[in-house]
Amino acid sequence: MRVNLATLPFFDFSRREFLKGAAATAGAFVLGAYIPFSREAFAQEQGPAKGPYDPNLFLKIEIDNSVTLISKHFEMGQGVTTGLATLVAEELDADWSAMRFAFAPNDPAVYNNLVFGPVMGTGGSTSMAESWEQARKVGAAARMMFVGAAAAKWNVPASGIKVEMGVISNGSGHRATFGELAADAMKTPVPTEIVLKPPQQWQLIGTRLPRLDSKGKTTGTAVFAGDIRRPGMLTAVVRRPEQFGAKPVSFDASEAKKLAGVVDVVQISRGVAVLGTDTWAAMRGCDALKVTWDASAAEKRSTSEILAEYRQLAGQPGLVAPGRGDAAAGMARAAKTLEAEFTLPYLAHAPMEPLNCTLEVHGDGAELWSGCQLQSIDQLVTAQVLGLKPGQIKIHTLLGGGSFGRRGNPMADWVVEVSEIAKAIKGRAPVHLVWTRDDDIKGGFYRPLVLHRVKVGLAANGTITAWQHRVVGQSIFMGTPFERMAVKNGIDASTIEGVIDTSYELTDFAVDVHNAKSPVPVLWWRSVGHSHTGYVMETVIDEIAQATGKDPVALRLELLAKQPRDAAVVRLVAEKAGWNRPFPRGKGRGRGFAYHQSFGTRVGMVAEVSLTPETVKIERIVAAVDCGVAINPDVVTAQIEGAIGFALSTALRNQVTLREGVVEQRNFDDYEPTRMREMPEVEVHIVGSQEWPSGIGEPGVPPLAPAIGNAIFAATGKRFRSLPMGLKTLA
Amino acid sequence: MITLNVNGESHQFDVSPEMPLLWAIRDKLNLTGTKFGCGHAMCGACVVHLDGEAARSCSIMVGEAAGKRITTIEGISGPVAEAVTHAWQSLDVVQCGYCQSGQIMSAIVLLNENKNPTDEDINLGMEGNICRCGTYVRIRRAIHQAAKALA
Repeated sequence: MRVNLATLPFFDFSRREFLKGAAATAGAFVLGAYIPFSREAFAQEQGPAKGPYDPNLFLKIEIDNSVTLISKHFEMGQGVTTGLATLVAEELDADWSAMRFAFAPNDPAVYNNLVFGPVMGTGGSTSMAESWEQARKVGAAARMMFVGAAAAKWNVPASGIKVEMGVISNGSGHRATFGELAADAMKTPVPTEIVLKPPQQWQLIGTRLPRLDSKGKTTGTAVFAGDIRRPGMLTAVVRRPEQFGAKPVSFDASEAKKLAGVVDVVQISRGVAVLGTDTWAAMRGCDALKVTWDASAAEKRSTSEILAEYRQLAGQPGLVAPGRGDAAAGMARAAKTLEAEFTLPYLAHAPMEPLNCTLEVHGDGAELWSGCQLQSIDQLVTAQVLGLKPGQIKIHTLLGGGSFGRRGNPMADWVVEVSEIAKAIKGRAPVHLVWTRDDDIKGGFYRPLVLHRVKVGLAANGTITAWQHRVVGQSIFMGTPFERMAVKNGIDASTIEGVIDTSYELTDFAVDVHNAKSPVPVLWWRSVGHSHTGYVMETVIDEIAQATGKDPVALRLELLAKQPRDAAVVRLVAEKAGWNRPFPRGKGRGRGFAYHQSFGTRVGMVAEVSLTPETVKIERIVAAVDCGVAINPDVVTAQIEGAIGFALSTALRNQVTLREGVVEQRNFDDYEPTRMREMPEVEVHIVGSQEWPSGIGEPGVPPLAPAIGNAIFAATGKRFRSLPMGLKTLA
Repeated sequence: MITLNVNGESHQFDVSPEMPLLWAIRDKLNLTGTKFGCGHAMCGACVVHLDGEAARSCSIMVGEAAGKRITTIEGISGPVAEAVTHAWQSLDVVQCGYCQSGQIMSAIVLLNENKNPTDEDINLGMEGNICRCGTYVRIRRAIHQAAKALA
C-alpha cells in the first residue's frame, strides 16, 4: 500500500503560541501549544477534551503536586521522556521526584516534529534538538503563571517570589505547592514574553537525573505495545511469502482450523492471517496453513547476483551530487592513487520486542495501540485501510521494546496488516497482531545493501589531491511520504550522508549515485546512511594514513583544521585513550581510530582489540562525544555504550542474505546480536558545550566498526573492506 | 485441566499441556512482565524461575511446569531480588527495557548460586540473555553492585 502524505494538507507551522488547556480536570494546571489552523484532518479528538487530560498539552500539574510531561516523542529506550521532562522541570523549578510522563495522542498541530514535520514522529536523532526551546518554554511559561497566581493571591510583588523544588514562596512567610496553586495558575494569562534561564542558572540540565522509566522496566509493570489486552481480543499471526514481492493467491486452512483456539483465517494483501484465542493458537495455525503464492513480481536473485548488478552499475557514471572543486583535475595531479571497493549487507533491526499492535474498530472509528514512532503515518494508513477519516482513528502510543528505526516505517507495514485483518473480520473483535522473531528477521525493511567505490588521489607529499566516491544502493526515501524532503534530482540524501557532508576538508571531491531497484523493502536503520558511509570514510582515511605514513589522528586533525568542534573531539578521545603513548601490541593486539559526525553530533572512538587467527576480542572502546548541551550526561553515556553493543555484532557477523530471493537467516542463532561476554569495556567522555543540543540515539553507531577494523589492520595488516568481517569472538 | 502455581497462587487452565509456559503466563494469566523475544530459548527475554532455577518459558510446556513453583518478575521477593532491582534502578541500566525482566531473573539466579561472581561468572551466567540496546556494561556493573550490597 502506498502512503500518500500529499492527501494531507500542509500547513504553516511557523506560527506558534502557547495556550492553556481548554478543559482541564478540576484544580489541575495544563499548558500546551497551539498552532492556528484547522485540525480536522489530523486531530484525533476535536473540540473540548473528553479524557482525563486535554490532548493539546505538554504539561499537566495535578493537585497531588505530580507534574506529568505529555511526551510528543516515542520512548524506545533512548531516554527521550527523561530528557524532555528535564527541560520542562528545569524551567518550572519542579521537584524531579514529582515528574511523570505520558504519551501524547496523535495531533501534529500540537506535537509536530519541528525538524521533519508536519507529522508527529520521532527519529533522525531530532527529539532533543527540536524540543530544546519548546519544552523549556513550556516549563518557563508555567512557572511564570504560578508566580503570577501567587502574587495575586498573596497580594505581594512577583519579584519577591521564588520557586524551588515545586514550592512557591516569598520572604514573608507565604508558601504553596504547585498543586495548591494549580487552579489559580490556570486563571492567570499565558505570558507572551518568555525568558529562559541562562545556562549558569541551570540546576537540572547537565546533571545525572534518574530515568523516569527505570522503575516500570525493572518490575515488569511497564506497558509495552504487546502487553495490551482488550476484551474479546483475538491474536493474529501472518504467513508472509518467502520471496519479497510475492502475493498470496489462495490458501488451504483446513488443517489450521482443526486446531483448538484457531478462530478464523483471512487473506490480506501481504499474506494470510490466522486469528486465535491466544498467541500460541495463532502461531500453530499459521504453521499449519498451506498458501499458494504468485511470485511473478518477486525478487528471485541471490545476494551475489544483486552485487554483480551493483558492480556493473558501479562501472558507469551515476547521478552526480553537488561536490566541490574539480575531482578529475585533482586526480590528474595525483602522484599515486588508492582505490577501494566496499560492500555492506542488508541488516535487520531486530528490536527485542518483535513488531506487534492492537486495533479495535468501533461504530464511529477505531483505536490503535502500538509502539508508534510515526503516529501521524500510523493514523493515516489505518484510516485509509478502514475507509475512515484520520480523525476517527485514536492512537495510543506505548513503550517500544526497541526500534532502531523499524517502528518508524513510513509504509507502516504492520499497521496496514492489522488494519486489513480487522477489516476482513468486519471489526467483530479487537485484533492483536504479533510478529514472531522469524517474521522479524525475514520481514524486510532492511538497512540497504550497498556498494561503495572510492578512488583517492595522493600527491607525492601525501596530501589528498582528489576524492571520487560512488555509491550503489536502494533509496530509502523514494516512494515514501517523505520523498520530497530527502530526494533531490534523483539522489536520496540518506544514500550519501556522511560522505557528501564529511567534516574533512576535501577540496576536489566528486560523489555520484546509482539507485538500485529491488522488491526487497529497505528502511532507515540506526544511523541510516551513516551506518555504511561512516565505515567507508573512516576505513579509507585509515588507508590513506597508512599509504602516506601519517599517524591516523594527525591526518584527521590536518583534514579538520577548519572544523574546531570536530577536531576537539578527535583530540579528546586521542588524549583519553593515550594515543600518543606506545600501545603494548604484544601478540595480536591492535589499536584503531575512527571519527564520524552524524545528526550534528560528533563521535570519536579508539578501539583496542586482540586477535588469534580465528577470533577477535574487543577489549576496550574509548569514546568522546560532542552533542552540544548534554542534557542528561548519563543518558548520553548510556546511548554511546548501547550503540557500541548494537554495532558490534553488525561489524563482526550480522547480515541478511538472499538465496534465490529467500532470506537465509531467521532468528538469533543466525542473526545473533552481541552477547555479554563480547561487550568491551567502554569509556565515554563528553565535551562540555553550550551549543544547541543534537541527537544521541544514533551517532554512536557509525564509528564503532571502522575503529575495530582499523585496530585489526594495525594488529594484523589485514584490511576488511566489507562487512561483516566474519570474525568469531572467543567463547 | 492443568494447575500451575504462579507467584504463590494456584491457577487452573483448560489448555493443551503442550502450550509453552510463556503463553499461559502472558495470555491466560495476563502477567505481561515476562516477554516474548525469539520463541526458541535463544534470547532470555522470557526467563522465569521454576523451583528457583532460571527457565526459558517459551520452550517449556505447561505440562512440564505443572507441580513446580513458577515465579515471574511480578512475583520476585527477598533480599537478592531487592538488591538486584535496586542496583538496576540506581545505575539506570534500562534502555528500551524489554529484555530487562529476563536479565533480572537470570541475575537473581546467578547471585543466589554465587554470592560474589567474577566478570567471567557473569559472562557465563548471563550468556543466554540478549540485550539489543547493548546495556551489558551496566548489567555487569549492577550485578557487582548487588553482590556488594548483599555481602
